[in-house]
Amino acid sequence: MIEFNDVSLVYPNGTEGLKNIDLKINEGEFVVIVGLSGAGKSTFIRSINRLVTPTSGSLLVEDEDILKANGTDLRRLRTKIGMIFQSYNLVKRSTVLKNVISGRLGYTGTLTSILNIFSKEDKLLAYENLKRVNIEEKLYNRADELSGGQQQRVSIARVLTQKPKLILADEPVASLDPPTSHQVMKYLKQINREDKITTIVNLHFIDMAMEYADRIIGMRAGEVVFDGPVSDVTEQTFEEIYGRSIRDEDRRGGVEDE
Amino acid sequence: MSKESSFVPKGLYPFKTKLIITLALIVVIGFYLLSSIKTESFIFHFFVKLPNVFGLISDFFPPDWSYINQVWPKLFETLHIAIIATTIAVIISIPFSLLTASNVTTNTWIYQAMRLFLNIIRTIPDIILAVVFVGLFGIGAFSGIIALIIFAVGILVKLMSEVIETIDMNQIEAIRASGGNGLQTISFAIVPQVLPQFISFSLYVFEINIRASLVLGLVGAGGIGQLLNTQINFMNYPAVSTIIIIVFAVVIVIDIISGKLREGLV
Repeated sequence: MIEFNDVSLVYPNGTEGLKNIDLKINEGEFVVIVGLSGAGKSTFIRSINRLVTPTSGSLLVEDEDILKANGTDLRRLRTKIGMIFQSYNLVKRSTVLKNVISGRLGYTGTLTSILNIFSKEDKLLAYENLKRVNIEEKLYNRADELSGGQQQRVSIARVLTQKPKLILADEPVASLDPPTSHQVMKYLKQINREDKITTIVNLHFIDMAMEYADRIIGMRAGEVVFDGPVSDVTEQTFEEIYGRSIRDEDRRGGVEDE
Repeated sequence: MSKESSFVPKGLYPFKTKLIITLALIVVIGFYLLSSIKTESFIFHFFVKLPNVFGLISDFFPPDWSYINQVWPKLFETLHIAIIATTIAVIISIPFSLLTASNVTTNTWIYQAMRLFLNIIRTIPDIILAVVFVGLFGIGAFSGIIALIIFAVGILVKLMSEVIETIDMNQIEAIRASGGNGLQTISFAIVPQVLPQFISFSLYVFEINIRASLVLGLVGAGGIGQLLNTQINFMNYPAVSTIIIIVFAVVIVIDIISGKLREGLV
C-alpha cells in the first residue's frame, strides 16, 4: 500500500510539481495517472521511489516513510519498487542478461556484483523473467541491438527480477508504435494480475487508460483533479482533467497485435 | 547617367580597416626584428650555415650497425618504462576521472578541488617532472617511471572525465532506481558506457609515453634517451644515427599497432 499524506513538491526554481496530494493506493491495484505533459505525472511517480524528493508531507511505501529514508534504507526500499521508463533506460552496451540481472543489485554484495558473480537462483530468475516477456532468445544480444518494443520488454524483465511489491511505469509506451504499445501494456497488466504487484502507470492516451486501468487518477498543474474507478470515467471526465476538448493525439489507437 | 553614380570607391576596404591592418603589420614586423636582434639569430643564418649542417650530417653516416647490440637493452628499458608507467597511470586515473566528472561527483567542493589539482599537474611539463624526480630518486628508470605516471594521469583524467560527463544519465537512473549503490552504479551503468574510449585513450597515452620516455632519458631518467645523450656527448655520431633510426622504426611500428587497435574499438 502507498499512502500520500499532504505531499507537496516545490522545485528550486519555484515551480510547484505537486500540491497537497492526499491519497491511498491499495495492494494489487492497476492505477493509471493521466494528465497533459507538465501536469505533474512524472513528479508524482518519481516521488514514490525518491528519484525526486517532495518538500513536505509524508509518503508511506510498505508502511515506511520513504521521504525519511536515506542511504541503505532508501536502497532497501527501492529494491521493492520497480521502475519502467519512457526511453527504456537499459545499459545499451551491456547484454540483455546483464541488464536483467542488474535488478538483483539491491540484494547483492557490492564486490560480488562488481565481479559479475551472481547466484544460480538469480541467474535462473533472470532467465525465467526473460521467458515471461518472450525475449529469452536475445539473452546474449547487446541491448542496443533490440527494437524499442523488445527493449521495453527487457526492462520489464529487469523490474521483475527485482521481485518488486510495486511497479512504476513513467510513460512506458510514449516512444512505441500502437501495436507494440498494446503489447507492453498487456504484459504489465498480466504481471499485475498474476503476481498481485501494485502497478502505477503514467499515460496521456485516454483510450489506453480506459482499456487497462482499474482506477484513474487525473492530474493538472500538480493537483489531483480526478480520482475514481475506471467505470466512473467518461470522455467528459478527460475533458475536465485536460481542461480542453479531446483531440486525436490523445488517443493511441491501434489494435492489439500478437 | 545621374551625377551620383560618378562616385568611384577608392578601395575594396574602408580606410579605417586598412589603417588598422597596416599598423598591426608594422607592430608584428617590429616585434620580429626586435626578437631577432635580441637573440642574435636571423633566419638567413640557416643558409649561411648550411655547409656546416651538411658537414655534421655526413658525420652521422654511415650508421655504426655494430653498435646495435648495445641499443637493444636500453630500447627495451624504454618500452618497460612506458608499459609500467601507463599501466599504473590507467589504474590511478579511474577514481580520479570519476572525481573530476561533474555528473558523478555532485559535491562542488570535491569536484572543484580535484579539477584544480589536476589542472596544476597538467601545467608541469614532463621534462620538469623528470628533472625533479631524478633529483629526488637519482638517475635511472625509476625516476622516469614516476615522472611519466604523473604526466600520463594528467592527460588521461582530463580526457576521461570529459567522456564521463557526456554519458547517458538515464541508464544510471535505472540502476539507482532498482536499489543499486554508488559502486554498483559505476560498474553497471558508467563503465559499460565509457570502456571503449577508456581503452582507446590508454593506448594513446602509451604511445605518448614511449615518445616522452625518449626525451626523459636526456635528463637521466633511464631508457634509450640516456644512451642517446651519452653518445652525443662523446660525439660518437655513427652510433647516434643507429639509435635514432631504431627508435624511429620502433615508434612507427608501435603507433601503427596501437592506432589499428584503437580503430577497432570505437
